This record gives sequence, C-alpha cells and structure tokens, in this order.
Amino acid sequence: MTSLFFRELKIAWRSGGGALTGVMFFLAVVTVFPFGIGPDLNTLARIGPAVLWIAALLASLLGLDRLFQLEREDGSLDVLLMQEWPMTLVVGIKCLAHWVVTGLPLVLATPIFGLMLNVPPIGIAAAMLTLLAGTPAITLIGAAGAAVTVSLPRGGLLIAILVLPLVIPVLIFGVTATNGAMFDPDPFTAPFMILCALTLFSAVAGPLAAATMLRHSAD
Amino acid sequence: MKVIAENLTVARGERHIVEKVSFSLDSGEALIVTGENGVGKSTLLRAFCGLLPMVAGEVRVENGPPEASLAELIHFLSAKNAMKDSLTVAENLSFWKEFCRSGYAEPGLDPEQALDTLELAHCLDLPFGYLSTGMKRRAALARLLVVRKPVWVLDEPTSGLDARSVDLFSRMLQTFCEAGGILIAATHLPLGLPGAKSLEMKALTATRANDQMAFE
Repeated sequence: MTSLFFRELKIAWRSGGGALTGVMFFLAVVTVFPFGIGPDLNTLARIGPAVLWIAALLASLLGLDRLFQLEREDGSLDVLLMQEWPMTLVVGIKCLAHWVVTGLPLVLATPIFGLMLNVPPIGIAAAMLTLLAGTPAITLIGAAGAAVTVSLPRGGLLIAILVLPLVIPVLIFGVTATNGAMFDPDPFTAPFMILCALTLFSAVAGPLAAATMLRHSAD
Repeated sequence: MKVIAENLTVARGERHIVEKVSFSLDSGEALIVTGENGVGKSTLLRAFCGLLPMVAGEVRVENGPPEASLAELIHFLSAKNAMKDSLTVAENLSFWKEFCRSGYAEPGLDPEQALDTLELAHCLDLPFGYLSTGMKRRAALARLLVVRKPVWVLDEPTSGLDARSVDLFSRMLQTFCEAGGILIAATHLPLGLPGAKSLEMKALTATRANDQMAFE
C-alpha cells in the first residue's frame, strides 16, 4: 500500500504542478478580494478567515475530477479493483496522497495569504490549524463525487455541484472556529471539535461510498 | 486447479450481449475467444473477471487456493495498458509487482528480467509515455510476468505488436501454459498454441436465439 502512496506522489510531481495549480488558484482568489472589497484593513481582517476558507475550499475541488478518471482511462482501475486489497483502502490511500499534494500546500501557503488580508497572527495560526483539520474532509467527500462522475468526460463541474452542498458544514465550522480564535466572546474549541468530527466521519463515509461507486461504474 | 464458467449471460442496458456461454478450463489449458468486432468478446472477459455484473450464470474455481477470490487469481489485460505515462517502465512494473502481490500470488520476475523476455530491457528507464504503441503493449505484457498468477485473461494482447514480438509473446504463452497456467484470450491472430480450445462468438439476433454459441 505504501507503493500506491508513493506512486501517486510521483505521478503528481512528474505530471507537473499538481500542488502549484491549487496554490495558484488560492492566490488568485485571495488577491482579488481586497480589490473588490476595498482597502479598509478592519473589514479585511473581519472577513479574512472566511475568504481564506472559501478560497481553500474552491482550490481543493480543482483537481478532484482526475482522481479516478485517469486510472479509468488507462485501464489501471480494473487492475486496482481486482487485487486482494479492499477498494475502500485503495481509495483512502489515494485520497491521502491527493491531500498531501493539493491540500497540504494550501495549509502551508496560508500565512502568506493571511498577511495579504491583514489577518492577525492568532487568526493565521487558527486558519492553518482549521484548514489542516478541515481540508482532508473536502478531499474525502470529493472522492465520492469523483467516483460518481468517473465515467463522464467533463465531470469537473458536476463534481463541484455534487460536492459543494456536502462540504458546506466543513466551511461553516472551519470559519466559525477561526473567528472564535480571533474575536473574544466566540468559542474556538467547540466548532473546532465538530470540524474534526466531520473529517473523521468523512474519512469513513467518503472512501466507502467512492469504492462502492467505482465497483459499479466498471463497464 | 480448474476454472468453470456456466451459462454466462451479460447485458448492456436492456440488450443481452453475451448469452449462456459455458466453458471449463483445467490447469495448462487455453481458450481462444474469436468473433467479429462488437460481438461481445471484451464484455465476456470483463464479466468473467467480475468487472461487469452478470444477468445469470456463475464463474467458479475448483481446487484453487481456498481463501482467494477469483479476481485475485487473474491477471487481466484489457485493450488498455494500465501503465502511467509519466512513470518510467521500471517504476510502473515495480508498482504492479508490489501492489498485485498477495498471499496466493508468488513473486514473479524482476521488472528487468520481465522486460528482457520481451526484448525491451533497453526501455527500462524511459517514461512509459515515450514508447511507441507496440513497445507500450510489450511493456504492458511484461506486467503478467512480474507477479505470478494462475489465470491470464487477455483482451487483444497482440494489438500493435510486430511479427517478431508476436513470436516472443506466443512463446511466453506456451511457457505459461506448460507451467500449468490457464489462459483465456480474445484475439484475431493465431497465438500458436496447439491444443487450445476455441470459442467462437456470434452476434445475438433480436430474437435471442439461445444456442448460438458454438463450443468445441
């Protein structure tokens, strides 16, 4: 199974810019916001965490359509399905690798983009922590969407439409927790715990749903 | 070990593509599936491997490893090569060697030896995407050698191969069958296997005549 993980990383690295595409999109969204909202630093700091989260959410949806489609196109999916490994585990490993390539760079880039939005240091730390806990949920739920659309040639937009309603709770609790760390009366721990719970839940439900879908889409 | 398929019936949508196909193969036996394009050869093979749901019929193994499912015992090579363009041939093969290995499948050849069998050792460190069509197919065939599995199901294995490679490949198949392997191949070219059973598939008419499968 480690071989699958490293294979995914190698493919992402070689086929160029898997990580960078997401970060560039993140950068694009975050930079246009201050131009649209205006240069008022207090407003920017107030909405900063939400902007970071929305940008990260959209960026994580970007490469999802290729998660299983490439495997299907070159016939690898058949071979993956036929081995003794449970498909749920295979999907889980693929999600983990996908998150390392697309989600983790977003978390690491957050401090720079947080500064551009005038988010205070405590807010940046909280945004990094919540993104670290929350972006895996987006990938895991997204995997189920990617499995549904695996046989559609232009499934990217459809995945976004299928997956967005399901990841809205992740967004809500991610932003609430980050705001909680920045503004005093709001709580941080409670929404953060729920965010972690959402990730753990999708770690079970996402791969299970995706594996079932993949088994039935093989024609 | 014996593989038995009984009354396989497979539908795509409402239409039956394969109807009541039966065969059984002992260790060392080969079955060549022939028939016109679009007659359902690939559908039959995919259903046999468990990749397509069957309407009726069953596939089972007798005297096989007790806990292995049939799919785990099969090397399936579809019309696609199941290799990644951005990885080198060696990386592709090592990955499948690791991933396909299980309690029942003995480790096979090293990627280098496997490629050597198909006279492709010089391409070991080239990205798979750089190879020509025929070389890609040969590299994909090398996957069958890196892990030993008792059943090979091959869909048009020789597509894109030159005459010399077809020769190499049919020798590879002979060795496999002599060692007790079970082979099922859909092909248009003769594979040079004496004593291979053959299954000729004919198109099903709208009336769905039942006994259209000639089996000798």
